[in-house]
Amino acid sequence: MATDLLLDPDVIDAVLAVALAQGADFAEIFVEDTRSTTTTMDQRRVEDLMSNRSRGAGVRIIVGSTTGYAHTADLSLSGLIAAAEAARSVAQRASGGATVVAVGAPQVHAMRALIEPSGVDRSQRIDILRTADDIARSHGGAISQVQLSIADNSRRILVANSRGLLTTDHQVRSRLNVSCVASGDTGMQTGRATLAATAGFELFAPERVAQTAANAARQAITKMSARPAPSGDFPIVLANGFGGVLFHEACGHGLEADAIVKKTSIYTDRVGELVASELVTLVDDGTCDGEWGAIAIDDEGAPASRNVLIENGVLTDYMWDYVRASQEGRESSGNGRRQTYQDLPMVRMTNTFLETRDATPDQIIADTPYGVYVAALGGGQVDTSTGDFVFGMTEAYLIENGEITAPLREANLVGNGPDVLARVDAVANDFAMAPGTCGKWGQQVPVGSGQPTMRLTGMTVGGTAA
Amino acid sequence: MSDIRELARRIAGDATGNEQIEVVVVSGTDTNVTAYHGSVEKFTSAMSAGFSIRVLLDGPSGARIGTASTGALDDAAVSEALAQARDNARFATEDEFLAFARPDGVPAPAIDLVSSHFDDLSTANKIEMALELERATRAGDDRIRQVQAATYVDYRSSSVIVSSLGIDVETTETGAYLSVAAIAHHDGENQSGYGLSVGRAGSELSVETAARDAIRRSTEMLGAVKAPSTRTTAVFDSRTASELLAIISTALSGDMVVRGRSFFAGRVGEKVAADAFTLVDDPTDIRHFAASPVDGEGLASRRNALITGGTLNGFVYDTVSARRAGTSSTGNALRGGVAGCRALQLLPGTEDFDAIIRQIGDGIVVRSLRGVHSGVNPISGDFSVGITGRMIRHGQLAEPVREVTIASSLQKMLLDVVAIGNDVEWLPGLAAGQTVAISDITVTGS
Repeated sequence: MATDLLLDPDVIDAVLAVALAQGADFAEIFVEDTRSTTTTMDQRRVEDLMSNRSRGAGVRIIVGSTTGYAHTADLSLSGLIAAAEAARSVAQRASGGATVVAVGAPQVHAMRALIEPSGVDRSQRIDILRTADDIARSHGGAISQVQLSIADNSRRILVANSRGLLTTDHQVRSRLNVSCVASGDTGMQTGRATLAATAGFELFAPERVAQTAANAARQAITKMSARPAPSGDFPIVLANGFGGVLFHEACGHGLEADAIVKKTSIYTDRVGELVASELVTLVDDGTCDGEWGAIAIDDEGAPASRNVLIENGVLTDYMWDYVRASQEGRESSGNGRRQTYQDLPMVRMTNTFLETRDATPDQIIADTPYGVYVAALGGGQVDTSTGDFVFGMTEAYLIENGEITAPLREANLVGNGPDVLARVDAVANDFAMAPGTCGKWGQQVPVGSGQPTMRLTGMTVGGTAA
Repeated sequence: MSDIRELARRIAGDATGNEQIEVVVVSGTDTNVTAYHGSVEKFTSAMSAGFSIRVLLDGPSGARIGTASTGALDDAAVSEALAQARDNARFATEDEFLAFARPDGVPAPAIDLVSSHFDDLSTANKIEMALELERATRAGDDRIRQVQAATYVDYRSSSVIVSSLGIDVETTETGAYLSVAAIAHHDGENQSGYGLSVGRAGSELSVETAARDAIRRSTEMLGAVKAPSTRTTAVFDSRTASELLAIISTALSGDMVVRGRSFFAGRVGEKVAADAFTLVDDPTDIRHFAASPVDGEGLASRRNALITGGTLNGFVYDTVSARRAGTSSTGNALRGGVAGCRALQLLPGTEDFDAIIRQIGDGIVVRSLRGVHSGVNPISGDFSVGITGRMIRHGQLAEPVREVTIASSLQKMLLDVVAIGNDVEWLPGLAAGQTVAISDITVTGS
């Protein structure tokens, strides 16, 4: 058992005792051992095979409202004690002395992947890249370049703290990216598609790989005939899946408790108020099995949970990590996450999505005389103090007389969170989720976003056409 | 001689037969203090090291490269990484252009990136500076309601690059910065802005500069409205101009050019920008925070003129992209085996921000860019980003604006540059900043 735990419980007890020895309210040790690989192919050449191992621990102490943190790649008792001493240097209390810590029995969360990536031969990954490359190129001569990468990440974590918690998780994620360039008289256009899940090598079933490659190629080719996007305010229909990032940016970050406790979010002190159209029920759920943001426990050891943030337009709750929750005298909602052992945890989303309603996607489009249909969105960015956000349309079309017509070139959408939430006027029944990476304050964590096809009465499209 | 350098030499010396080995070790320490509500919110002290090994195998139709990295420096972790890099190389495709850098005789510039004052501040001084930054920002204007985070950071970082081809360099740099994010409040409205002070040691930093910057940027946005939709001149301030240069630089990477992913490909000698536009990449210029004596492969840094008087001179290359293009490295290897610009600066013009605003008469000042990653495509050149800023009317700064997009294409924007400021600001990151005015931009607001 001890070898499975990344660190011996006796060592954990000793390090936590050192961390607490100058007087602290809370001490925690986070241990991580992550192995990852990336294999890239460009123009049919297997260009790069990379392996990475990141292993280390971070010691955190909390005294009053102050957090001290230190991390080390040295997992020996002396290395960890040095980190604990560095972390506690912010504790100024006189009350030192012997503090005894005894963590409880370990709660072990097993890997849910069927095929652990480290057991997969390199040639199997390369076979998948070749297959995807062939499929992308089979979409016609306009596809002049295909770039692919296949990556996996096997992350084992252990969290133990002075409240006696000792818990572990083994998170395995796999990902295939396909990127195509189509060339012609109108210049170059790009298409991208990603297949990603909290899963092992079983993710790469032939039909899924084929669909991903085909999507990237089709997108690049379609955009060859794209016209400049219009500029101005238009109704927007968002296709299912990718549009979930809108909720991540438009209000998700504003519902994270760090922004709430510091009163920097526009959603501060608004629980119980109508903050969105009554069609909006927004959920953050780390337990969605297999989704990109799925976890058994967060990076503070709290179990993932399903948290309803907005219900029928009414704000119901925020997302919490340990620090913010304990300041408010409540439990964490399982949203304390960090990129690696070198980072402090903070409030982060997991899988954030809009619940379905009764309409069908066809009805919503048919019911839109003129507007923009967004089939794929790129990343976005938000200012939580104002709610103003931006995100990019990577595949979009005009809607004319209730039908999807001409493809549009890439452009950004801008809007304001509270404003956009009120403008949701149709939500369909075709739920889907998409993987993404959230980069709050420079820390990258995997997140899922999702929604059914939906319409907004108006958003600003930043194109160049009049 | 550091132990790390000795270890790197030992590993590189393990190369046998048709094999070459390159070892890069980056190690350092950093201190990070965040103040909030008059006390220390977070204090982080860390030592870190990363070891990256590349193995190149020569074969009948070219070379293959495999990479492995690890965060641990013990013998077992390093041996495991070397074995994985070797294994990885065996599965790559042979490519006649793949090679590691060979020493090319160009001497590395004698630039010192370590401040002799780096150790002047005690931990208590650093904490006091973060606390003072928060106090100064709150006290500087009645409308500042919140300071999200006032942060002091310093670091000392060393890089060792050793290869079996004779590359053997070690560089060390120090750096420090203060950053503060302020929220101004008035009539039920919030606006945010951040301020910065940068140096090579904590003692070089100015609390006042960072606080003033954050206060101005947050308070000036109060009362912001949507801009009228129009086509006008956009004036990028030093911060947003620096971001814009960084975007454009992607298309100047020899890697992107040889792979046919740059809108500059095949255009050397052509007019690609306005006459006033002269862009150099010069990591030998000590004033630039991205300065460094060597590149990511250990070759000497050098000054490369990329666009001169609006004419495209050439691109930046590392060893592999240079071989593909039939030229030699310009000392522009970045980490991770790609080529890219390292320390950009524009030739300054003759006038400052205020004079340029007066000349322009009517337009829009761009204070912040949003959605750059999603809204700019360096392959097609499509450009559409969200901004905040100020309208310019009759040569004066007028009302603040938000929820606005500006759009054009990178190709057109370069040709539409109408003024470049003399107000160079040495910002951290890839590009120094100064005022840049660009005409004929589509502004979409109300």
